[in-house]
Amino acid sequence: MELTGAEIVTRCLAEEGVEFVFGYPGGAVLNIYDEIFKQNKFKHVLVRHEQAAVHAADAFARASGKVGVALVTSGPGATNAVTGIATAYMDSIPVVIISGQVPTAAIGLDAFQEVDAVGITRPCVKHNFLVKDVGELASTIKKAFHIAATGRPGPVLVDIPKDVTFHKTEFAYPDSVSMRSYNPVLKGHSGQIKKAAQMLLEARRPMIYTGGGVILGNASEQVTELARLLHYPVTNTLMGLGGYPASDRQFLGMLGMHGTYEANMAMQHCDVLLAVGARFDDRVIGNPAHFAREQRRIVHIDVDPSSISKRVKVDVPIVGDVRQVLDELLKLFKASKETPDEAALNTWWTQIELWRSRNCLKYNRESEIIKPQFVVEKLWEVTGGDAFVTSDVGQHQMWAAQFYKFDKPRRWLNSGGLGTMGVGLPYAMGAQLAHPEATIACITGESSIQMCIQELSTCKQYRLPVKIINLNNRYMGMVRQWQEFFYGSRYAESYMESLPDFVRLAESYGHVGMRIDKPEDVEGALKEAFSPALKERLVFMDFQTDQTENVYPMVEGGKGLSEMILAEEL
Amino acid sequence: MSSRHIISLLMENESGALSRVAGLFSARAYNIESLTVAPTEDATLSRMTIVTVGSEDVIEQIIKQLNKLVDVVKVLDLTEGSHIERELMLVKVRAAGKEREELKRMADIFRGRIIDVADLTYTIELTGTGTKLDAFLEAIDQGAILETVRTGASGIGRGDRILKV
Repeated sequence: MELTGAEIVTRCLAEEGVEFVFGYPGGAVLNIYDEIFKQNKFKHVLVRHEQAAVHAADAFARASGKVGVALVTSGPGATNAVTGIATAYMDSIPVVIISGQVPTAAIGLDAFQEVDAVGITRPCVKHNFLVKDVGELASTIKKAFHIAATGRPGPVLVDIPKDVTFHKTEFAYPDSVSMRSYNPVLKGHSGQIKKAAQMLLEARRPMIYTGGGVILGNASEQVTELARLLHYPVTNTLMGLGGYPASDRQFLGMLGMHGTYEANMAMQHCDVLLAVGARFDDRVIGNPAHFAREQRRIVHIDVDPSSISKRVKVDVPIVGDVRQVLDELLKLFKASKETPDEAALNTWWTQIELWRSRNCLKYNRESEIIKPQFVVEKLWEVTGGDAFVTSDVGQHQMWAAQFYKFDKPRRWLNSGGLGTMGVGLPYAMGAQLAHPEATIACITGESSIQMCIQELSTCKQYRLPVKIINLNNRYMGMVRQWQEFFYGSRYAESYMESLPDFVRLAESYGHVGMRIDKPEDVEGALKEAFSPALKERLVFMDFQTDQTENVYPMVEGGKGLSEMILAEEL
Repeated sequence: MSSRHIISLLMENESGALSRVAGLFSARAYNIESLTVAPTEDATLSRMTIVTVGSEDVIEQIIKQLNKLVDVVKVLDLTEGSHIERELMLVKVRAAGKEREELKRMADIFRGRIIDVADLTYTIELTGTGTKLDAFLEAIDQGAILETVRTGASGIGRGDRILKV
């Protein structure tokens, strides 16, 4: 039977097992929306801004491991989606974005709501397609899902002109995809893996450094087993948190610009480094020349060859699926008669414990003003460390990363690469839909939350009972911190004037609002918000926090990883 | 240490494929000295030759990033082995009176051909490496050059070095 392009779109999404489509209708996608109206295979979630549609789809993917789907109209629908797409791209998140386009005959004529969506998104997608012929629609959507989810994942945009959505063709959804130009390497080179195993066993000061690739590649079990087997210390990047249980003694905390003293020192001074699904970016190793001053041998496992030797030269590159490669490594270690040098390892751990004893995350617990770190610590306690936590971007993001100890993967959702303020609330929506029974906490700030605050309405419509922890210091805190440190305390445009009354704002959307002013009220408020009585409600907690608090440790831009500013030094 | 590299690649002959490559070079601030592209004997494939300059690290990244483009089927750095490189140039020169004989002689020396003759001009076709074409332009009277058009380099490996799907 012949189907229209619009029917084919909904049928393809159903075939892919899509549960939720996050979107916003408009002229170019009306035929598709009409078909969505007629079907019941997947649910459509109406956001209040297309940026949030892509963020929510991205969060659904992060929290579930499945491909997220967003649907937007042409022109402004597509341009509004771009920030969401770029955010997903930088963090390698599998999302398929379907955008409407003006009819093929109108393309290039500056038609109403026309924009070159494929051109605009090209630098921030893994791949994109303009479908000009309805005969190619089904196979293109199949390819889009395949490309988004395999290899190093990423967003894929499918731009569909309106006439294609009403043209008809025979529908058959392909079972598989074969592309001569796209075949990601999954199996690591066995010779390289042997070399890596040998190098790791010879280590006297070993370090394991894992990133978002371990989360995306579902390899945290393997990382954990390997680290425990060898008794080697582990650090995670911001994107990699939850890759190794944070409450474990072998975990040294996050590394990088706001990483712990012990993680950064161990990273700098190790003699053999195992890097897994991480890319040595500027926020992680600081100045690469400074990093290279210490002699160390590096094993780097990544599914993306272009991530290897991009910023740091490595000794044993292994291209492949991190989970498969770690399984191979584990096999070798289990079969090997050799074990790491125990005396050397003990000396190394003694050194690490000395670094750890600096207690670099300490803050003033006697403060009469609420300390943001204290709120995150209490949140961890009250939620039993088992919440899905989303964050926006800035100081609160770093405190969330430092103080909420993530023991499981896919529990920590934030914009690490692009650093997009405004993701927190739509991320919470996507995570809540992926896990309807789970506790979802959005740690945000008064500036970030206002960038996608309209989604409070979406949360009401779909009864998404996310809990918003607003660390309100009346400043764009991270901007303020940099201005304090590097711009002579000239706080140019970083004070957040004319804030709304967040309690009444939340209430006006039909949610519960709370304002918390004193440290002694923090725990009680959190307990109430996360109590069974409010389980079905969105609670907006507006914590009035210390305006002067800074994130420590800090590695200044361009400085070496071991050149940290610590709180105690100020 | 920067050096010149000739990168050949085969890619799906689809609309937008060229802009993906060009966009990659501009987005990552890589140099393009020249870029030529045309369909191959298999019409579903285009072959592109890119001449670029960069350090070994940069060239390694360029090749990896090109390979990462979903439309790209194969990438080869021709300068890693022995290869042949050719560029086509058309030059229109003022050719009147006794200059005509001189320009004809120069074209012959450089194994060029005069492909258009008018009362006051010649158009000369010349192929060779970029440096040979440069040499020709320097050898003739600068004032006589009215217009030049060059294709940029195309390259192919020698012997059994073959770039094919």
